[in-house]
Amino acid sequence: MTVELNLAVNREAVAERATRLGEPAWMISKRQDALDLAPTLALPKVEKIKIGGWNFTEGTADLETVTGLTPDIETLIGENRDHMLITRNGQLVHAQNSEATNGVIFTTLVDAMKHHPELVEKYFMTEGVNVNEDRLAALNAALMNGGTFLYVPKGVKLTVPMQAIYTLEQAGGALYHHAIIVADQDSELTYIENFVSYGEEAHNVNVVTEVFVEANAKVLFGGVDTLAKGAVTYMNRRGVVKQGAKLEWALGHMNDGHTITETKTHLVGNDSFSDTKAVTVGRGDQKQNFNVRTDHFGKGSEGFILIHGVQKDSATSIFNGTSMIHHGASKSNGVQTERVLMLSEKARGDANPILLIDEDDVMAGHAASVGRVDELQLYYLMSRGLSRKEAERLVVHGFLQPVVSELAIDSVKERLVQVIEGKVN
Amino acid sequence: MKASHLKIEDLHVAIDGKEILKGVNLEIKGGEIHAVMGPNGTGKSTLASALMGHPTYEVTSGSVTLDGEDVLEMEVNERAQAGMFLAMQYPSEISGVTNSDFLRSAINSRREEGDEISLMKFIRQLDAQMGLLEMPGEMAHRYLNEGFSGGEKKRNEILQMTMLKPAIAILDEIDSGLDIDALKVVAKGVNEMRSPEFGCLIITHYQRLLNYIEPDFIHIMMGGKIVMSGGKELAHRLEAEGYDWVKKELGIEEVEIETKA
Repeated sequence: MTVELNLAVNREAVAERATRLGEPAWMISKRQDALDLAPTLALPKVEKIKIGGWNFTEGTADLETVTGLTPDIETLIGENRDHMLITRNGQLVHAQNSEATNGVIFTTLVDAMKHHPELVEKYFMTEGVNVNEDRLAALNAALMNGGTFLYVPKGVKLTVPMQAIYTLEQAGGALYHHAIIVADQDSELTYIENFVSYGEEAHNVNVVTEVFVEANAKVLFGGVDTLAKGAVTYMNRRGVVKQGAKLEWALGHMNDGHTITETKTHLVGNDSFSDTKAVTVGRGDQKQNFNVRTDHFGKGSEGFILIHGVQKDSATSIFNGTSMIHHGASKSNGVQTERVLMLSEKARGDANPILLIDEDDVMAGHAASVGRVDELQLYYLMSRGLSRKEAERLVVHGFLQPVVSELAIDSVKERLVQVIEGKVN
Repeated sequence: MKASHLKIEDLHVAIDGKEILKGVNLEIKGGEIHAVMGPNGTGKSTLASALMGHPTYEVTSGSVTLDGEDVLEMEVNERAQAGMFLAMQYPSEISGVTNSDFLRSAINSRREEGDEISLMKFIRQLDAQMGLLEMPGEMAHRYLNEGFSGGEKKRNEILQMTMLKPAIAILDEIDSGLDIDALKVVAKGVNEMRSPEFGCLIITHYQRLLNYIEPDFIHIMMGGKIVMSGGKELAHRLEAEGYDWVKKELGIEEVEIETKA
């Protein structure tokens, strides 16, 4: 499927912007190639909802300049400003990293290109996301106007989370954000990101995140997405997990607009491990598609997927969980669970667990359920005085609790509880 | 709190179009304990569920008022806020919601915004009531009824009653499946509530419970109607002689209805 793509930019404009940002020549040509490639590629493959009519590319990537912190951001970050990176409209407004003395790099991608070009070149769309895997990934490279680079050197074990906030504050704007997170051998890191946008007017958010967990390293990745109703969002998160390494995703998909996400982990190393936990609450008339996929390449690799979603109003969400055990990945274990709870007659939800197994000596399991809220539960709670709304709120919290309570990062847990509260009421 | 007055007049209730209650009349006032007894499938539990507003029970005619207010017009939660409480025979299990969080929400739902119960006061009351009902403290932190044994569920229903302090409580077969020790504990919880402000309707199959909670009035239900009322001596006669004499005395031939209600 190749839908016509009309972009207000050409090769020259891409080069001009990249040059202005001070990007190296290799990146500029990579961007130009990606721009040429984009119209030849299809949109990401999505099951059971039609995204052909969604406008992923309408917004302008030339975003207005903003400075300082908004009260909204101040509330979000609280007192602590260390270990923190904040961009607004893709532009850096705050960066503080007291771990720099240990060789930890936590900065914008543009800045990293200038100061650590060899690291960026090593990881930017090489082993992780491929520039030609779909049109939106190609456009991310071509039009990138925001980004992050987090690198933790060999053997360094961070005890505090590195946190990031990325806002888009422009109606009709588009944020093309590219993050690269690297935990070098035997290191440990926790990274937490929050995407925020505002308003009902159309805007676009296109995010590619590549996480590299080198041998025996460990990454906890927390993400709370709260993009506004007007946002049409593409989020492509990719993990590459090496020998004996561990990657845990803790994701709250709390956008209010149309969203497609893919969270895909490549367990390339022997005895590698990944655990993907995600919750979502859909409301209004938003349509969302969540693909979570674990590809087992390494022997003895273990991958777990747990997703719980609640659908309100006339929201639609499709959950696709895939565990693919490739030939050679013997003694691997892939387990997944997807559960959907619908609160209204008009809400739609679908859970599709898929196991693809190309190796004999493996373990795999899946469970999925889609159901409506139990009227008898509501009756029971209401019989003690709770309003229907309050009763539903409790049932929803209870339904998401098995995922939320297991999230490995406390601050993500707390923030999620707050955001869920906001979306359920 | 003042004494309440629940008045049920000519109540008819159907499930899926099939009439179960065929004209029930009953009045419960603060300070009174009533027991409704009767063979299986005569509509006792239907009465309890219909009074609370269970979604599958349809009131086809008749009236229910609480202190003059039309109960049947109220939502389920409004009935609770008006002072009614039903200890259910089969309480729902709610995963992910702890017993204590739920109870606190329920208490606060009856209070004005800004006048919520303080956490300290709540914990004090909860500890005291759980102690009375001989419930281990960890039950407060377990998910609501999830994985509770039959006896634990019954105690938990009574715990909710003692915490919420309703004006009119309906206990639907609170004694079923309880051993004698658990029965005594549950009875203790109910007796603790006894006061001129508390009215209670006990639905039971067996006279046994009434050895521990002494009722003021006994009603015998058959075929969806209350066919005989009397004092506590009625219970003893039922225990000794069963229900056959009632049928004979009233000339009732076949009153069993098929649906287990």
